[in-house]
Amino acid sequence: MSVTTLDLARVRAIAGAVVDPEIPALSIADLGVLRDVRVGDGGVEVDITPTYLGCPAMNVIAWEVEAALAQAGFGDVRVRLVLSPAWTTDWMTQAGRDALRAYGIAPPAARAGRRALFGADDETQCPRCGSVETEKLSEFGSTACKALWRCTACREPFDQFKCL
Amino acid sequence: MTTIAVASTPLVEALLARADDALVHAHRLSEWCGHAPMLEEDLALANVALDLLGQARSLYQYAAEVEGAGHSEDDLAYRRDAPQFRNALIFELPRGDFAETIARLFLASAAMLPWWQAAMESPDARIAAISAKAEKEVTYHLRHAGEWMIRLGDGTEESHARVAAAVAKYWPYTGELFEAEHPAVAALLPDPAPLRAAFDATVARVFAEAGLDRPRDGWMQKGGRRGVHTEHLGHMLAVMQHLQRAYPGAVW
Ligand SMILES: [Zn+2]
Repeated sequence: MSVTTLDLARVRAIAGAVVDPEIPALSIADLGVLRDVRVGDGGVEVDITPTYLGCPAMNVIAWEVEAALAQAGFGDVRVRLVLSPAWTTDWMTQAGRDALRAYGIAPPAARAGRRALFGADDETQCPRCGSVETEKLSEFGSTACKALWRCTACREPFDQFKCL
Repeated sequence: MTTIAVASTPLVEALLARADDALVHAHRLSEWCGHAPMLEEDLALANVALDLLGQARSLYQYAAEVEGAGHSEDDLAYRRDAPQFRNALIFELPRGDFAETIARLFLASAAMLPWWQAAMESPDARIAAISAKAEKEVTYHLRHAGEWMIRLGDGTEESHARVAAAVAKYWPYTGELFEAEHPAVAALLPDPAPLRAAFDATVARVFAEAGLDRPRDGWMQKGGRRGVHTEHLGHMLAVMQHLQRAYPGAVW
């Protein structure tokens, strides 16, 4: 294993471990926001992609990636924001989905196929009691990526990570 | 801070048109923050505004790069005067009551969803990339506003009357959303003619369920794309730009 390959794995692990400031249970690797890492003579380049164009967490994530890599001794770091291909909830890992549920947020439906514009929602499971007797309260929750739901079994409201 | 002069080209103008649409609409929606009829709707309108602001930022960044005059996205948002804005007039009208806000969001989203979908096929890679993000977001906006149109139209006598009046008010402003692009950039941006059909289909479907009549297509109000605006835009910009004009380069 060459030094570069070792560095690449380290950079990927360090950058990937940075968490989403709005959902601290989720690392950007599990969220699918970390897209690529390159290590070369010019330093380190990290590509991240926004979940939503207006996602206010992206600047913070970029700073955190730079800070984490600087702390690990990587001085020359550039974080690039890439838009294409567009982020989808399908890139969220199984570990990420489990972490979300444990954190009290229902993970997005497994396949972000084209939803019908109007009509029934996919079944959503309450992250607390596991019941599927749930109803959507609002398409928009506390952040752009979440919708607000309520469980009619345990009566608790909960956030759902929207399928995108 | 002084007003900037934008080194205009047809592509810069076209990008500014869509960026200004999104920014001005975002500002009008954000005026509901803390005032919406219920907490869920307060969150929803703020989130939609944030999505639109994100779309505006991406388009301003690209417009600034294409312009190549060293301007930033903030310069384009905060240091142009009303006649330099290229937004369609529908977005600058005062927010009105909740039914008016919803009717505008519905009509604009119904027009913009097919626009973004078509723009995803643009030979300009940057436009295609921005559009692929925006298309997903606007799908949610249209769904949300469409459900409200049905709820209001098919609700009480009061809600029906208000949303019907809102549709009548905004309808003459929808024509501007389908104006042809400058020939020099027509190949990069969607052809508006087929978008009209998609818009009509969405409107027909939602209005049927909401019990609303589609207004007749009469005289259409235009001017925003040429910088000829209503008096409302100047007042809005005075609020929106005040901080950057009074304290140039202020950050937090
Ligand atoms: Zn439950």
